[in-house]
Amino acid sequence: MADFVLPELGEGIEDADVLKVLVAVGDAVEVDQPILEIETEKATLDVPSSVAGTVTGVLVKVGDTIKVGQRLLTLDGAASASAPAEEPSAPEAASSEEPRAGAAPVEAPAEEGPDQGAAEAAPVEREPKPEVAAPAKGGEERDAVPSVEQQPEAPAASSSVPPFASPTVRRLAREIGVDIARVRGSGPGGRIDEEDVKRAAREAPRAALAAPASSTAAPGIEIPPLPEFAAFGPVERESLSRFRRTVARNMAASWAVVPHVTLHRTVDVTELEALRQRYKQRAADAGGSLTVTVILLKIVAAALKAHPRFNASLDMASNELILKRYYDIGVAVDTERGLTVPVIRGVDDKNIVELSVELSDLAERARDGSLTVDEMRGGTFTLTNLGGMGIGEFTPIINYPEVAVLGVGRAQQVPVFEDGKWEPRLQMPLSLSHDHRIIDGADGARFLTWIAEAIAEPLLIALEG
Amino acid sequence: MTSEQPIRLAVIGAGPGGYPAAFLAAEYGMDVTLIDPEEHPGGVCLYRGCIPSKALLHAARLIRESREAEAWGIRFGQPEIDLDELRAWKDRVVGRLVGGLGTLARQRKVEHIRGMARFRDAQTLHVRRDGELVEVGFDAAIVATGSVPLAPGALRVDSPRVMDSTAALELHNVPQTLLIVGGGYIGLEMATVYSALGSEVTIVEMTSGLLPGADRDLVTPLARVVEDGVAEVLLDTRVTSMEDVGDGVRVTLQPATGDEETRTVEKVLVAVGRAPNTKDLGLESTGVRLDARGFIEVNEQRRTAEASIYAVGDVAGHPMLAHKATHEARVAVEAIAGRPAAFAPAAIPAVVYTDPELAWCGLTELGAREQGIEVDIAKFPWTASGRATTLGRTEGLTKLVLERGTERVLGVGIVGTNAGELIAEGVLAVEMGARAADVQLAIHAHPTLSETVMESAEVFFGQSPHYASRGRGASASRGPIA
Repeated sequence: MADFVLPELGEGIEDADVLKVLVAVGDAVEVDQPILEIETEKATLDVPSSVAGTVTGVLVKVGDTIKVGQRLLTLDGAASASAPAEEPSAPEAASSEEPRAGAAPVEAPAEEGPDQGAAEAAPVEREPKPEVAAPAKGGEERDAVPSVEQQPEAPAASSSVPPFASPTVRRLAREIGVDIARVRGSGPGGRIDEEDVKRAAREAPRAALAAPASSTAAPGIEIPPLPEFAAFGPVERESLSRFRRTVARNMAASWAVVPHVTLHRTVDVTELEALRQRYKQRAADAGGSLTVTVILLKIVAAALKAHPRFNASLDMASNELILKRYYDIGVAVDTERGLTVPVIRGVDDKNIVELSVELSDLAERARDGSLTVDEMRGGTFTLTNLGGMGIGEFTPIINYPEVAVLGVGRAQQVPVFEDGKWEPRLQMPLSLSHDHRIIDGADGARFLTWIAEAIAEPLLIALEG
Repeated sequence: MTSEQPIRLAVIGAGPGGYPAAFLAAEYGMDVTLIDPEEHPGGVCLYRGCIPSKALLHAARLIRESREAEAWGIRFGQPEIDLDELRAWKDRVVGRLVGGLGTLARQRKVEHIRGMARFRDAQTLHVRRDGELVEVGFDAAIVATGSVPLAPGALRVDSPRVMDSTAALELHNVPQTLLIVGGGYIGLEMATVYSALGSEVTIVEMTSGLLPGADRDLVTPLARVVEDGVAEVLLDTRVTSMEDVGDGVRVTLQPATGDEETRTVEKVLVAVGRAPNTKDLGLESTGVRLDARGFIEVNEQRRTAEASIYAVGDVAGHPMLAHKATHEARVAVEAIAGRPAAFAPAAIPAVVYTDPELAWCGLTELGAREQGIEVDIAKFPWTASGRATTLGRTEGLTKLVLERGTERVLGVGIVGTNAGELIAEGVLAVEMGARAADVQLAIHAHPTLSETVMESAEVFFGQSPHYASRGRGASASRGPIA
């Protein structure tokens, strides 16, 4: 018999809600077969099984909130199995030399840039986390299970100094996944109490956030109570999905923390559109779709290289600007569940056809809800295109902790007076929001102008980008 | 968890690891089968260990106390010992306790199969019961098969005159002369019983002191009493051969220095240790792994290398103590129930039920030295205790092992009458992370032996009213203000 436990979902994500249970007792399950559909803060995902066998027990049901490491299934005759069942609480089980042992293949650009900037940037967005995620490889269970942390010989009582905390406090730490050895005690002599453990739990996942943003409300602002709407007319209450709550919280935090400036500018995309028409079949042959957004991805990556402050994050705690030497651009995708932002890694290293294929795939999977959490984080800049929906200019909100976002509007044929005559030119509105704490309006204007010129004269990328 | 599919749990062994596991699992709603060869739950602890030995030790204490009373002007004369009645009383004590457990098992709807279990694979057990074979399927199993007395090499002699602890507790007779091989807690407890009943006892210990591993300052007062009560204590001595010669056992002794010596005694008790009991369990049909010393390897949840199988108690490693097994049982059952339990105690009390008793918990002074942990030691000798004086038992000593800097209690050691009861406060202090000042400022009843715990903390601060020390807390002003 074996258990299947909820594997790591990615850094910072501790729990998820069960949307669907896809197997039942008696079902034969194979490795990688989806067994649950869950919703995390960031995404809806399938949980694939890492073991094969016959299900003998389903330990969760729809609506449950499940935690990483929690047992989900028991299986009979499990063939290929995994260590994670054994040590959800053993960070040493996976060393930091294996960043992202997770299911999602992710490039690690931090390793590619040996220069100082990358080294600074990497820990913030790219800290390798000891993950014990679903191993894909099969193997003898008996070889896989025994773990380094097994020390049956040493009774804790005499092996070392125990944590300076009572048994219930130690249990609390275990239950909420806090390593008590790292908790600083506030009691006399450094004794650890319940509050210390809870504080450690609160601080750990939020360490990177300058402002605590634990509710959907903007931090620091008291929200007046809502009136009794039913007095005015019939209402319905719809509970927010976890996904929506997360979007709400992030938007509120960004809006409250970041002083936004939005610049608008129209660019001439006549040449660009001609190129797009000429080459779109090539992208289609490769399985992609050569959209304006895809071409803009490449241009923006070049613009970011030329304007490093736009590819950065602000650390108010240390009063430092963190310049990132990797160019991972998020693209806002409208889905049934709401706004989703998959991230394309290393945009600067890919050609436009490659980007078109990748974006088509990510957008498709964003719509059917099969993106992994890792595919939705770590972006350095965001593109959002409302042109397809008829919108011209708008004021996009920055995807915190990024510092800028580029909105793309609907292109229109406009008569332009040029060389003494009126010419029909295709004009497209761009809206750039940037963080005024570190980017002044003139910087924003320069950045936007660079993009506008690169669009008008695509060769500029090759010259300067 | 789906309620229509209770977890099927098989518990092998009904000792102080097995029966609490079965009972707790039943409370968790699991479908529990408890497999053990005895009629009732209880295991070695109740049938052949803790309980019968304590019954006999209580009798021994009474005999000795009646003698000590002569010093206070109370004379009882020679006690008459009816061995059959004494044995029957001991058996009644055992019977009453195990019978109670049987009732509790039924009340909790734990299915008790009387037989020997053997793993067929990681989901199935075969149980031999009265010649028939019962198959028991399980989702999870807990191995709690305990340990058996060890008799290596020359000490393995098939003779009724050479006893293990089980045979010694059966109390067939009181031999004229009894040689006990092993100066550990079993050897000393049985020496206490048999010497009180009238045997001339010789203790042979291979190492240089009794109770190896315990702090010497705690062992010394006990060793003094033991030496007074028995004929001889031979340290640094090995038994190289034993032979049943009809009217006795001829034993050859080899001291570390000096010549071999041969003695003939009426009976021998071999008490050199216990070995984990993993024989005939069919563990080879599972992924369970044993360590070099034969213990089942387990992780913090007490889960073995085979995901469906857990192990608790003596079979899962040292210390081989009933209460450690019971705590592990809780951890294993909670882990099976899906709770994030872990076996991570700060203090496991160890008690030697000799007279005086010796008890300790948490870090020992010896352990601190070996591990390089900086500690301060605070001792309170019972000569300064009013209560000990009224009992005529001033040989005791209470000591605290305190972490330097934080002054928290990392360990407590007590030698003296009732040390086994007194150590509970030490366990609580260590587990709760109490500091010396917490112990000092908690009011203890006067006159009691428990005051010695508080007074050792007073000694640390140089404030003991009854004992002037020049320890660490030479200045009284260092102490806390109440």
